[in-house]
Amino acid sequence: MGSVSLLFQHLMNGLTLGGIYALIALGYTMVYGILKFINFAHGDILMVGAYIGLFTFDALRGTTPLGPWWLVSFFIAMVVSMIGCALLGMIIEKIAYKPLRKGSRLAPLLSAIGVSFILSNGAAWMFGTHSRKFNYPFDNSPISIVGVVITPHQILILVVAIVMMVALKIFVDKTKMGKAMRATSLDGDTAKLMGINSDMIISLTFGIGSALAACGGILISLDYKVYATMGTMVGLKAFVAAVVGGIGNITGAMLGGFLLGLLETFGVAVLGIPQGFKDAIAFAVLILILLVKPEGLLGKVEKEKV
Amino acid sequence: MLNFFILILIYTCIYAFMSLGQNLITGYSGMLSLCAAGFFAIGSYTTAILTTKLGWSFWATLPVAAILAALMGVLIGLPTLRLKGDYLAIATLGFAEIVRNIINNWDALTNGPMGIQRIPMITIFGIKISPYQKYGFLLMEVILLFICWFLFERLASSRMGRALEAIREDEIAAKSMGINVTKYKVVSFALGAAVTGIAGCLQAEFTLSVSPGSYVFMVSIMVLCTVVLGGMGNFVAVILGAFIIQFISYLPQLIGLSNIIPAQAKQIIFGLILVIMMIYRPQGILGRKERNNKKAEKAWSENKEVVNEHA
Repeated sequence: MGSVSLLFQHLMNGLTLGGIYALIALGYTMVYGILKFINFAHGDILMVGAYIGLFTFDALRGTTPLGPWWLVSFFIAMVVSMIGCALLGMIIEKIAYKPLRKGSRLAPLLSAIGVSFILSNGAAWMFGTHSRKFNYPFDNSPISIVGVVITPHQILILVVAIVMMVALKIFVDKTKMGKAMRATSLDGDTAKLMGINSDMIISLTFGIGSALAACGGILISLDYKVYATMGTMVGLKAFVAAVVGGIGNITGAMLGGFLLGLLETFGVAVLGIPQGFKDAIAFAVLILILLVKPEGLLGKVEKEKV
Repeated sequence: MLNFFILILIYTCIYAFMSLGQNLITGYSGMLSLCAAGFFAIGSYTTAILTTKLGWSFWATLPVAAILAALMGVLIGLPTLRLKGDYLAIATLGFAEIVRNIINNWDALTNGPMGIQRIPMITIFGIKISPYQKYGFLLMEVILLFICWFLFERLASSRMGRALEAIREDEIAAKSMGINVTKYKVVSFALGAAVTGIAGCLQAEFTLSVSPGSYVFMVSIMVLCTVVLGGMGNFVAVILGAFIIQFISYLPQLIGLSNIIPAQAKQIIFGLILVIMMIYRPQGILGRKERNNKKAEKAWSENKEVVNEHA
């Protein structure tokens, strides 16, 4: 394999991983943009999404032989899981975060950690601590395109991730709801004065963010196992991606996600960082970005007001 | 039964050390740190490695562990403490995971997932303090805890304690009063880390073995829970919190139902404690310790009256 095609190979792997990070990072960044708080439970919502998707898919496909129906069931499962997680996200917001909006900054963070713990241990209780595997929706034998080996899963991940991101971008930039969302993020109080129902917008933000996380969770479970704490590490890395891109900035989260995916892939493949320390790359990146450019690549410098 | 109760008390003491540290960091300075497990592991492994490989005495490893944990605290604190608190939570969480990663993978030093066994027992004036005779061990813990608690209480009512509270309440106002925010934050973080490291030493000496499985994220959550439950900013309260949390986590064994109640139940309860306390009683069971400052209070109420008259 030539070095150029090897480069493209790593690029492809990095982009797929980055696509997933980006999807999840969007949830963090949207919530932060509006409420200025990090939703610690986001990674666990992703895990719930993966479980819902897995169970729905298994129930739908039943015992039918491998065929186009599997692919249809897969997409139905994805939609079901996204809706389920959107509801879950909204309910969590109503119960655990909304009463704390006026209090200290520490309160919602602590509450979110509690929610995250309840979700991951609740899942371990209900579904057991063993890990499960998604039954492949279709044949995953690698395809070679001009020397670059791509698996159908990677294509699926990239296509779904990009479609979701474009849809979100259109929603936020072009629709009235999206405008209300941007207004709330820019200045919540003024937005309220303009007649925007900010409670509804916050709910909606949690719903969309959680749905995207569910989508990311299903895409991850194509290649990795599904278990109760699967969301923790991925969630953390997605958060790093959101910070790298500039937290609160939607385009930034996408950029940060892809960037982090590429850095991780190239860090292991090119720089020779041992596989066991792969997870440390994201945190090194986080600390580096916090030191050098704390507002992130696309973020605006915010002056703290007294 | 009594034996079991003593066991709970011993763990209460170990967690009380950690909650003292967490309370200084979170309760006093208002920084959310999630790496108690990381400092705990550093303390444990320092004692384990120095006593087994170099034959040090436990008492010599204690300050080394505390200093090492404090250094790690400074290392993680310096880049993140200058920024908003939320980043700190994630960075510290990541740091704790990295520590666990390292002790899991650095076979030559930490013996990897197998851990280190046969840690020599503590001796003092030639008397062996065996963890099997629980009373002696508990007594030693209580004495150490008392010293630590006393020092922290003194610290909290000193200039530094007031500075930390000022920082927690309003960072910009504190800064404009001439308080070196970064310095105080880093120092409180390092002190909190050091006392958590000491807890780690005791844990290593109590179980006489260490393995990466004991230093999971769950530990950090439990410590956070003790502080939130007892009352942030109150050192006595967090020790009470530590007891309640340990009592809850050993309750299934205590009443002999550990086969029926799933292991996740207590973790779910801890999560619920965090959420419910935040919504209904954010100040914790005992609440924040109010400083007995009659003069300031009087001045404040007089001031209020003046304002009211003008209004």
